[in-house]
Amino acid sequence: MTNDELIWRIAGGSGDGIDSTSQNFAKALMRSGLNVFTHRHYPSRIRGGHTYVEIRASEENVRSRGDGYNFLLSLGDSFARNPKEGAYYGEEEVKPLSENLDELREGGVIVYDSGLLDTDDIENFDERVEENDWHVYDLDLRGLAKEHGREIMRNTAGVGATAAIIGFDLDYIEELMADAMGGDILDANLDVLRDAYETVQEEYDVDAHDVSVPEGEHEEEQVLVSGSHGIAYGALDEGCRFISGYPMTPWTDVFTILTQLMPDVGGISEQVEDEIAAAALAVGASHAGVKAMSGSSGGGFALMSEPLGLAEMTETPLVLVESMRAGPSTGMPTKPEQADLEHVLYTSQGDSHRVVFAPSDPEECYEQTRKAFQIAWEYQIPVMVIYDQKLSGEYRNVPASFFDQEPNPSLGSTLTEDEIAEAAHDEFGKFERFRHDPENGVSPRSIPGQKGGHFLATGNEHTPEGHISEDPDNRVNQMNRRLRKMRSIRADLDEDERQDVYGDESADFGLVSWGSQTGTVEEAVDRLNENGYSVKALSISEMAPFPERKVRDFLDSVSEALVVEMSTTAQFRGHIQKETGSYGEMLSSLLKYNGNPFEPAEIVEAAEIEIDDRLDEPSSQTRLEPAAGD
Amino acid sequence: MSAFSAIGNDREVDQNEFTPGIEPQPTWCPGCGDYGVLKALKGAMAELGKDPEEVLLCTGIGCSGKLNSYFDSYGFHTIHGRSLPVARAAKLANSDLEVVAAGGDGDGYGIGGNHFMHTARENHDMTYIVFNNEVFGLTKGQTSPTSPQGHKSKTQPEGNAKAPIRPLSLGLTSGASYVARTAAVNPNQAKEILVEAMEHDGFSHVDFLTQCPTWNKDAKQYVPYVDIQDSDDYDFDVSDRREAQEMMHETEDALYEGTVLTGRYYVEEGRRSYQQEKRHRGSMPEQPLAERYFDDSAEWERSFDYIDRHK
Repeated sequence: MTNDELIWRIAGGSGDGIDSTSQNFAKALMRSGLNVFTHRHYPSRIRGGHTYVEIRASEENVRSRGDGYNFLLSLGDSFARNPKEGAYYGEEEVKPLSENLDELREGGVIVYDSGLLDTDDIENFDERVEENDWHVYDLDLRGLAKEHGREIMRNTAGVGATAAIIGFDLDYIEELMADAMGGDILDANLDVLRDAYETVQEEYDVDAHDVSVPEGEHEEEQVLVSGSHGIAYGALDEGCRFISGYPMTPWTDVFTILTQLMPDVGGISEQVEDEIAAAALAVGASHAGVKAMSGSSGGGFALMSEPLGLAEMTETPLVLVESMRAGPSTGMPTKPEQADLEHVLYTSQGDSHRVVFAPSDPEECYEQTRKAFQIAWEYQIPVMVIYDQKLSGEYRNVPASFFDQEPNPSLGSTLTEDEIAEAAHDEFGKFERFRHDPENGVSPRSIPGQKGGHFLATGNEHTPEGHISEDPDNRVNQMNRRLRKMRSIRADLDEDERQDVYGDESADFGLVSWGSQTGTVEEAVDRLNENGYSVKALSISEMAPFPERKVRDFLDSVSEALVVEMSTTAQFRGHIQKETGSYGEMLSSLLKYNGNPFEPAEIVEAAEIEIDDRLDEPSSQTRLEPAAGD
Repeated sequence: MSAFSAIGNDREVDQNEFTPGIEPQPTWCPGCGDYGVLKALKGAMAELGKDPEEVLLCTGIGCSGKLNSYFDSYGFHTIHGRSLPVARAAKLANSDLEVVAAGGDGDGYGIGGNHFMHTARENHDMTYIVFNNEVFGLTKGQTSPTSPQGHKSKTQPEGNAKAPIRPLSLGLTSGASYVARTAAVNPNQAKEILVEAMEHDGFSHVDFLTQCPTWNKDAKQYVPYVDIQDSDDYDFDVSDRREAQEMMHETEDALYEGTVLTGRYYVEEGRRSYQQEKRHRGSMPEQPLAERYFDDSAEWERSFDYIDRHK
């Protein structure tokens, strides 16, 4: 098992450069021809505390973090207790080594910084090493880094040691370093890198274990992007030139990526006083004729409920992103959950409607964000893209050609002045902005400043001309028309024939998932089928309007299904039952809400329990919830 | 032809062009000060020669929010307290539009207080009219942020324990570059101030005293007022922040004690509006953003390459 994939975990303290080091190493692995997938785990604090990043690299396609890992690089937390030089922050335990041993696979490799960490602090360390056949390299990475430059370069030393141990060509890393820095800093880093590499080669037997870097080859050039990049670039390529927001983890990723790009593409970014303003600004910019977007995470999105409803009632196109983290309230700021689903589907007063997309990987983030803008501007309705902290910070390689980088300036069902002149006006010459009768529910719009198109946009119920009205007939006509949009959108989306079913087509047991868990579920399907089971999976990435036909087809084709989601109350299963009005007796749930996403083995375990009709309890970090009935 | 040909017309505009032909009569109570705002706004727009279709009037909720039902332009009747974020984004999206926001004292200084502070400090080039009648009108007479201490209402039966907001001082402190107070009882001054406010290149805050004959008969808006610019007793430099501040304190103390002073309190010339500041810093394009979606020759930065950084 250890030869066909490398799962490299770099652990240390927040602020010690774990993130940037891992991204560079992931890129180096990608450039060498491998498929890579990163998983980031970090605490809600700025410096210190235990953080790690895993990079899974394989010749095969990788779609999840996998189970456990086989290479640990423990750097030590420079901001926690330093055993050699006394306390920084009191008596805090140094976790980069102690916290990371449980999931290290048998036969795995440990490299630890003996300049900062002491294995004497770890309970039964030697026994565990022997028991698990781990191969330990104690290297004074800090000392080595200090010798050539600065202590912070111990990351580089760790990467150099890694390369020597797994047989990875240093050229890829050196090239990346040369891209990122220059002058003395580059020279010092290269010295550290090479020194660590040579030290390991000279002083250790690197063939004593089976962990090595796999070999692969890409047919075309790849790029390393996260889900947040997918969303940001989707927006940009669809002509979004206005973003407004307020920082909140994990939404901040999309916000900062776009903010940095906007000046280069002639757009505007606004960091504003709160999330109500953020969404209201996007509504204002959209009303005035610009493709605009805002977004937040759970707590900030709660504030956006008002402008969201306003956008629907005034039929102002709007795209909002919701990047979920664990709640309730501020919950766990840096941990993923899928428990804002109902919040996103139902927030806002009255019978309000919105389109909700839920992408599952960076490519889908890109595609669905583009689609979100197309639908929002064609149907004049708020469209949400909901994803989570996991997908937000996960990097995967994607073919560079996937991104077309062709901006789309179309404003959908917006009229030009010539078209306004031809459009319906009432007997007093007023443009009928909210006409009752269009077939697909969409009454074309005008933009302030256009001749002949003036109207009043109001969050109150209004007549076709935009006048506030409580007339019963008008009310019914307007409500029916707005509702009709959802049906038209569903019909539109159904035209895209997408392949969402994964695995053995004739299988009798189904797994159902949404969003960021999809890749993990699909990996579990492969393993279950390898284990002799017959399983298939359905990933749903359109939450509203719900793809009822597709879901029914799938559920009709299996005798029972396990719904996998990161939530305590099985919100997604509830959504399926509500939308289909049935299947309650055949849908059981696998739930996880400890702050970490599923690993494939947990899903395999639960599916086997269900298929074999056993009464076993699943692993303590997950919960199986039996079918609830209709 | 521009995509927005209503903008920048240099023509005579009659104020009746802003009167919607088919609108119902205003539902404001007889004697309401809001009629005065409507009249002054129409007059000011006509004086400036604004085509109704180049004007975007954003309102909040309340009696003041009904303004754009009786004022015929592009309008956005938003939600309670949120007219400013909608309005300022519209101005950013199309800097050629004449953008005016309006709200009541509850809407503007209460629920929308945060937006007021931030829009003022950013100095967006727009005009903000706050209908100040010291009471919640449409929800039937509750105490508002500008109601005087001791004001009795169904929600403050023992009398308001809170000191009122000082709108002018708040506007100035927050960073508004034009601060004035006018009153519905003086339509000529009101029109003049609105003209100035709209011509001013930056955030203009106009605290507009409007009497509420139904819920707040005690409000001081009924007493005779003094125009501070016309009176020798109140000679001060409107471009001096400290002097303006002092005058505001005097006025705001006096408002609840018998004398109503109106006029321009602070006019800061030469400071960049937010749009100018953003353009100066390279974070906003010169061309109005909304134009480019209709402009076939617009450069869409097709060569912009975000991919390189990920290779």
